[in-house]
Amino acid sequence: MALPSYTETRYRVWHYIYITICTFVFIFLIAPLFVIFPLSFNAEEFLVFSEGMKNLDPDAFSLRWYNDMIYGTKNPWGLAAKNSFIIAIFATIGSIILGTLAALGLSSRHMPYKGLIMATLISPMIVPLIISGVAIFFFMAKAGLAATHTGIVLAHIILGTPFVVITVTATLSGFDHSVTRAAASLGSNPVNTFMKITLPLILPGVISGGLFAFVTSFDEVVVVLFLAGLENTTIPIQMWTGLREQLSPTILAVATCLIILSTLILISAELLRRRSERLRGINR
Amino acid sequence: MSSETKQILTTDGIPLEVSLKKAEKKNKIKAFLLVAPLLLFLIITYIFPIGDMFMRSVDDKMITNMLPKTFKAMEKWENLDELPPEEVFSAFYFDFKLLVKKQEQGKLGQRLNKEKNGFNSITKKLLRQIKRKKIDENANIKEQLMKVHKRWRSVEYWQAIKRTAPPYTMAKYLKGMDMYFAPDGSIAQVDEDRRIHRILWLRTLEIAFFVTLFCFFMGYPIAHLLATLPMKYSNLLMICVLLPFWTSLLVRTASWMILLQQQGLVNDFFVMIGLVSDDNRPEMMYNKVGTYVAMTQILLPFMVLPLYSVMKTISPSLMRAGKSLGGTPFVAFWKVYFPLTIPGIGAGCLLVFILAIGYYITPALVGGASGTLISNQIAFHMKTTLDWSFASAMGLMLLTGVLVIYWIYNKLVGVDNIKLG
Repeated sequence: MALPSYTETRYRVWHYIYITICTFVFIFLIAPLFVIFPLSFNAEEFLVFSEGMKNLDPDAFSLRWYNDMIYGTKNPWGLAAKNSFIIAIFATIGSIILGTLAALGLSSRHMPYKGLIMATLISPMIVPLIISGVAIFFFMAKAGLAATHTGIVLAHIILGTPFVVITVTATLSGFDHSVTRAAASLGSNPVNTFMKITLPLILPGVISGGLFAFVTSFDEVVVVLFLAGLENTTIPIQMWTGLREQLSPTILAVATCLIILSTLILISAELLRRRSERLRGINR
Repeated sequence: MSSETKQILTTDGIPLEVSLKKAEKKNKIKAFLLVAPLLLFLIITYIFPIGDMFMRSVDDKMITNMLPKTFKAMEKWENLDELPPEEVFSAFYFDFKLLVKKQEQGKLGQRLNKEKNGFNSITKKLLRQIKRKKIDENANIKEQLMKVHKRWRSVEYWQAIKRTAPPYTMAKYLKGMDMYFAPDGSIAQVDEDRRIHRILWLRTLEIAFFVTLFCFFMGYPIAHLLATLPMKYSNLLMICVLLPFWTSLLVRTASWMILLQQQGLVNDFFVMIGLVSDDNRPEMMYNKVGTYVAMTQILLPFMVLPLYSVMKTISPSLMRAGKSLGGTPFVAFWKVYFPLTIPGIGAGCLLVFILAIGYYITPALVGGASGTLISNQIAFHMKTTLDWSFASAMGLMLLTGVLVIYWIYNKLVGVDNIKLG
């Protein structure tokens, strides 16, 4: 963004003000995540940078909170992590299957009442979580699924499908339907066509929708707060209770792990997005 | 002429038109069958339960079911300014006796007490009389009941019972707006110092509005920068937007709790540059400031991403054309670039506003008492007071607001144009 040499001074000044504003906004966005990192290695129990840390004294840093996270008896982080992963994986699978099928139907130009149905399918993403939480809780309580893994998985499928529907519909919008017709004319049955032709082409969209569904489930706390019993505690629930009661450095250790996880997810989502753009480029 | 033209037939002898229609219908069914599993799943587990919330919010059948004979007898009570006839008294007595047998008279007392103060004690008194078998069922029950407590002689209490007769009520919705049904059936406002819900609604709107505004003023410049920088730089900066977007909400809230605490880095910084003195550090958490700062940072990516995707499509030559036609950069920006970004602004602002208006987690953690929103009140009634019908009513009021915005969003942007990542 080099300025042309003929730029007047006042625009030059304005340009630097603009760059400064942008810098501050970027710092505002990203800096909070980096505070957690060093503090999770704090040797002391307080959530402020100790003198030793400011002087980079090696004794001021320790892994004790990571130790506490894994072996600590007070916090059932192990159980929470296990539950979180199980619930998120099943919710993702459910969301992918239901969402992809629906997206396939919605992308067909024969679909009746497309707008209305799309709006309905997306609604769990728009409706405030607290309302979804109350409604789903009423249903699960009636169905006898409150405080069970099944109930939470179903709830997270509800919340996760809109993302799959959106990403897969977006991928299908650039999809050339003549390839499936070509497959059909060559004698392939619909299921075979889907598995061999359609699915590989829309796979990036499916996986990135799945990533959204996974993160939604993995990070979801409002609905789980209504549904979970002691046995179904998840990482977000543990963090929520921890943050409400006492902000302990162990939470920061967990938070650091979560940031690493989200970085990994971000990288895979970006790679997928690029691959998807490339694939769709070929189709055009 | 048309009737005489030979119909085009397919190879199996069916008119082409019919055959096409049939194929069309088949395709429609096929498309619908693909959507059906998800649609059915959502209707059962999500749409119906929201309807169930509505039923709960207006449900007032408890007393209707508890006092069936009384309400039947009350149909004959004509002059409402006078005490009801003997039938009503005796019907009420037998209804009440049945409740005593089921040990549900306490619930009745509590519910009636909400309608009119003083019911709790007189139902308890009646219970004692029944247990001591003081009431002779063959004699005039009206007179005996009136002797139990002087309030049974007051017509106001009987009017209160009659008011509870309809099986549905809008009372919970009125309560959500700090109003109630006055004894004469009109709608009245609660006392000024007890209007907590209206404050909460206004605060929710205020916070959602300002968070949207802050997000817009912060998001617009960086979306512009991201869209105009060469790819290799913008991809790097994009991470600053996407990493918070993918990071757990609780992690981000936790980091703000650390930053904003009294001994936190933000306060350290203020002390360092001499803005505040060390022993007078301002409280930035557990109040509105905390809610504003944290919510703005958390929702900022939802503003930047739609803006970015719109700005990306605006050709830079348009600005150059504007300038070459004699506009200063400011004029060119305002007259050419800005109007082109309006779809992105609409999408971003509506999305942030919708998300902010229903926010729960962050205000609950950093908001304290003065930074909580309507969602926190709903959760409070769900988990603490267990007044589920009131929580449902408030939830549906919030939902109505959100759906109106969603509808506008759908008209302006279209749900199928939502972009993620």
